Amino acid sequence: MFSALTPHAAAFLAGLFGLLLIASLIVAGMRRSRPGVDYAELSARVNSWWVMVGVFATAMALSPLLSLLFLGFVSFLALKEYLSLIPTRRADRRVLLWAYLAIPLQFYWVGIGWYGMFIIFIPVYLFMLMPMRMVLIGETAGFLHAAGSLHWGLMLTVFNLSHVAYLLALPAATNPAGGAAGLVLFLMFLTQFNDVMQYVWGKTFGKHKIIPKVSPKKTWEGFLGGVATTTLLAWGIAPWLTPLTGWEAPVAGLLIGLAGFVGDVNISALKRDLGVKDSGNLIPGHGGILDRVDSLTFTAPLFFHYLYYLHY
Amino acid sequence: MRRFSARLVRLLFWLLIARPLALVVLGLNVRHRDRLPQNGPALIAANHNSHLDALVLVSLFPLALLPRLRPVAAADYFLRNRVVAWFALNVIGILPIARDTQGGRDPLKACETALDHGDILIIFPEGSRGEPEVMGRFKRGISVLAARRPQVPVVPVFLHGLGKALPKDDPILVPFFCDVFVGPALHGSDSQAALMQALEASMRRLSDTCARGHGLLPDNPAS
Repeated sequence: MFSALTPHAAAFLAGLFGLLLIASLIVAGMRRSRPGVDYAELSARVNSWWVMVGVFATAMALSPLLSLLFLGFVSFLALKEYLSLIPTRRADRRVLLWAYLAIPLQFYWVGIGWYGMFIIFIPVYLFMLMPMRMVLIGETAGFLHAAGSLHWGLMLTVFNLSHVAYLLALPAATNPAGGAAGLVLFLMFLTQFNDVMQYVWGKTFGKHKIIPKVSPKKTWEGFLGGVATTTLLAWGIAPWLTPLTGWEAPVAGLLIGLAGFVGDVNISALKRDLGVKDSGNLIPGHGGILDRVDSLTFTAPLFFHYLYYLHY
Repeated sequence: MRRFSARLVRLLFWLLIARPLALVVLGLNVRHRDRLPQNGPALIAANHNSHLDALVLVSLFPLALLPRLRPVAAADYFLRNRVVAWFALNVIGILPIARDTQGGRDPLKACETALDHGDILIIFPEGSRGEPEVMGRFKRGISVLAARRPQVPVVPVFLHGLGKALPKDDPILVPFFCDVFVGPALHGSDSQAALMQALEASMRRLSDTCARGHGLLPDNPAS
């Protein structure tokens, strides 16, 4: 079921490191030309990218199983960060443990390629199992809030993110150009690059606020510029990494651009509600893990089902 | 030979079990790590909610300092039977002290000797774990010790989240990120009350910083 990297996917990975090298050179150049300005944050941000891309690329290059474990671990970190941020009831400790145990199971379904179970395990079975466990404990004060917020977090951090992993389990024969890894690279790269481009466009041309109550620095210019860039990039890259042809490729880019924005402000709204700035400080220069995968929680399932409907 | 194998067991326990548990299963958000002492002698004063507290505090330091790190713990609790005592003394590396001072022996004598050896003592001035995530009153033993060794820094550390991960009276561990706030170093003096006041004030500040949850600041532009 799993296959190794295709030449295209390997070349693309190498290209990512080239891109990082350019980013590091630009930061070094900025530091030299304007020694008075503090670029520590930007520098930490780029360095963290090196680590994240490095770990991800190593896993992808070595084995699909390792990639699966890596993605499962990211889900674990994201769920843990979410549960550490939100108020939880002491009575629910055992239910939370069940939620954690859902991660290895969900990624096991992915590993054995059991699509039917993968797609209903969390939305159906855990949706019923976790409230059942809560009811058995018997604490009714705050029940709706506890049951609702736990399932919401599990959907976001485990169910949605596990769609990235399921791309690896799709039959490789359908995608001779990029292989299974090509799909993951396509989604991950466009999602993260869309974040960066929305930031760069907004920083350069941003004037009109798009959603000031949730994310005061986000602008229409950043949003539209990012979505347009991502759409164009998707069009250019898709033939190398995916089975998407013709109009399918730019539409995939459009979907990733739009969903990435919504996933991003979705976590912003959560943080604003809880009164925190960053979801954590796990990744220097970026904040927490949720700050990094926020867009991915929305782009992964949308891209997956778009692709699945068209080609699998 | 026995001495060597005990040290090896301790090293392996911290390398393979305790540190992965603290750093991966739990995960630490450390603020002001640079305020931790680079070497002994030093006193670390932390709030106490869970058995995980000592585990996390020791894991804050590099593995090379492991032989220097001694959580100060109640002899009556941790030496209650031979198995627990062996584990506490040899693997965790506790420095046992008597909680009741009847019999006229100085309970802090062993702590002084350890500080003179250059050890880093981890002290929970609350005395016991108490209610999860509620800070109890500090006992003044630490100020007595600090007054006797005024050159030794007293570093306050506020821990948050471990009472949720492994509270008293519940053996099930549930992963949560743990916030660690390190305060600036204090020093003991003849006025023990002054140190207690400074320590409690510092802990209150750290706890407030934690409770504010970094404050509602403007959003990170790219996040």
